[in-house]
Amino acid sequence: MPEITYRQALHDALRAEMMRDENVVLLGEEIGLFEGSYKITAGLLEEFGPERVRDTPISEEGFVGAAIGAAMLGMRPVVEIMTINFSLLAIDQIVNHAAKIYGMFGGQTPVPMVIRTPGGGGQQLAATHSQNLEVWYAHIPGLKVVAPSTPADAKAMLTAAIRDDDPVILLENLSLYNTKGEVPEGEQVATIGKAAVTVPGTDLTVVGYSRSAVIARDVARRFADQGVSIEVVDLASLRPLDRQTICASVRKTGRAVILEDDWLSYGVGAEIAATIAEGAFDYLDAPVRRVAAAEVPLPYAKSLERIALPDADALIKVINEQLDATRFAR
Amino acid sequence: MAGRTQTSRSRRPAKQQDDGGATAPADVPAETSIDYYRQMTLIREFELRAGEMYTRAKIGGYCHLNLGEEATVVGLMAALRPTDYLFTNYREHGYALARGMDTGRVMAELFGRVDGVSAGRGGSMHLFDAERRMLGGYGIVGGQLPPATGAALALTFRGGPGPDAEAVMCQMGDGTTNIGAFHESLNLAAIWQLPIVYVIVNNGLGMATTVEHASGEPDLYKRGCSYRIPGERVDGNDVTAVRQAAEAMLQRARTERRPGLLEAMSHRLRGHSVVDPARYRSREETDRLRTLDPLPAFRAQLVEAGVLDDDTAAHIEAEAAEKVAAAVAFADASPEPAPDELFRFAYATDVPNAPRMMPGDPVLPAGWEAAV
Repeated sequence: MPEITYRQALHDALRAEMMRDENVVLLGEEIGLFEGSYKITAGLLEEFGPERVRDTPISEEGFVGAAIGAAMLGMRPVVEIMTINFSLLAIDQIVNHAAKIYGMFGGQTPVPMVIRTPGGGGQQLAATHSQNLEVWYAHIPGLKVVAPSTPADAKAMLTAAIRDDDPVILLENLSLYNTKGEVPEGEQVATIGKAAVTVPGTDLTVVGYSRSAVIARDVARRFADQGVSIEVVDLASLRPLDRQTICASVRKTGRAVILEDDWLSYGVGAEIAATIAEGAFDYLDAPVRRVAAAEVPLPYAKSLERIALPDADALIKVINEQLDATRFAR
Repeated sequence: MAGRTQTSRSRRPAKQQDDGGATAPADVPAETSIDYYRQMTLIREFELRAGEMYTRAKIGGYCHLNLGEEATVVGLMAALRPTDYLFTNYREHGYALARGMDTGRVMAELFGRVDGVSAGRGGSMHLFDAERRMLGGYGIVGGQLPPATGAALALTFRGGPGPDAEAVMCQMGDGTTNIGAFHESLNLAAIWQLPIVYVIVNNGLGMATTVEHASGEPDLYKRGCSYRIPGERVDGNDVTAVRQAAEAMLQRARTERRPGLLEAMSHRLRGHSVVDPARYRSREETDRLRTLDPLPAFRAQLVEAGVLDDDTAAHIEAEAAEKVAAAVAFADASPEPAPDELFRFAYATDVPNAPRMMPGDPVLPAGWEAAV
């Protein structure tokens, strides 16, 4: 199986879907001539032309809304928002329109569109360019929010998102674009709404998504060397949320830690912890713990940025605290 | 027509025209004029009854009426072909009716019933009819502009320009011209050369805020200048002038792929919504507005022109009253959506784990363990 980057996997999925369906069009800032800020759309302008790979002015509300209207007439637009921070300029169109139009008009028109956008900090981009706002959208009925962690998932989920008849937000991550992984050749279509147990284990469950699922897998391997069996649940989809896979895992392990890139209060982890409290309460040996970002506008200075973001060390510390609190024998 | 419209390329100073638009529609066939009167009368009757049904609590939420705007509404809809697409704001009952949507089903939507045009999910502000290409009333000010612009973008993938090409009309109120979505949308339509006509229905007030108070350029049809979109102002009380101005812009959109901006000077006879008594208006202003009511003016104009006699007019009015009475009865008889229909339109593509919890339900369905 060929090993490719997350970036390449996204590119391949876009290209394959554009070849398969002429209704798939791309909209976004600098996606054509510049080939995308993160080069996901490299070469596509040349191959498909400026009608289908459409550079937009800096008008997030305008072009996200335009994608909605085009989708209502049967197109399948894929919008790139340069980073999730800029999605705030389009939030009325996303929340009040994309998410509402199918249901509010009694199912008369689907809105088959995709918004691809990366979140993530750690690049010294300071407070306004380093946020993880996925929970804003995961909160909204009518949207689907997926967050692939591997190149294989990125390809299969983007393909599924494009073929889905609802507005799908595909969360990418700045720090994942260059990561590599095996990706099956040919068509792969993920099932939106399903989590995956990516590392099986018996002693403790770590729940993550996107970048945090990658860190969780790495940490699980390190604990395996010490004889601790960590199970990793990769959410893959934030809306819908696969609560059953989470609770089934925690019922088995009795311990749960959530690693999330967003801020702690009201974050993704809060929803997971509440789900576990309801679906696995009698099986828990310790309170559910969350590892999330420090609640400050992320500073520019490297020394402060580094400590504000959740990382493998913080996860390891909390896992050890969980194990010690429950007198886990090592 | 030159006497009734102003263009943004004209050097003449723009001034609001308050003469009731009573020019004889000499170039309009009698049947057409009578049909306009019939539609205007239906809208008037529908809106009066909607207001009444609201006060009787048959209609909930917000309810914004087209009272006073009937000539604008009918003129705009007469310019639109069945193959064109329409997006509007939340003051859209009249547009729905003039677009040919069923009167009973529109009223049923206001009543929140299953037979409503949006299956009871949208209400007064969110009327929709895919078949008639009425792609929605939108409750957020300016929210309809970007999707309407995108609909016009989609049309460019369907085929080239030409006299038979489809076009989009996007209606909005005067207050909308101050919102970012207005400017972003006009810019996109200009650079992408989209077949769309933006229509500002200028009734002088955004709720209680006057256009002069809210807009740096109160001649709203000029606001397309930044995007080189030609603008034109028309007397919204003159149904024929409205139709002709809209048709000309739509024609340019079809054949040249040039967007247009049309401003119809209109009048809101009542408050912003049914519950607004419009106390911010002086008695003089209220009296003045009464003289600007397009219905009696158009009726008198048609009678004077010999197109309509009092008997025919009375018959049209009685017909409208009957039709609206039947619509109210239909709406009242239509069932409320059943509780088990709550999640029916949650997603267009169903996926695993789509949440179906009712308030107070556990987050995991009974027996879920067996499924994992």
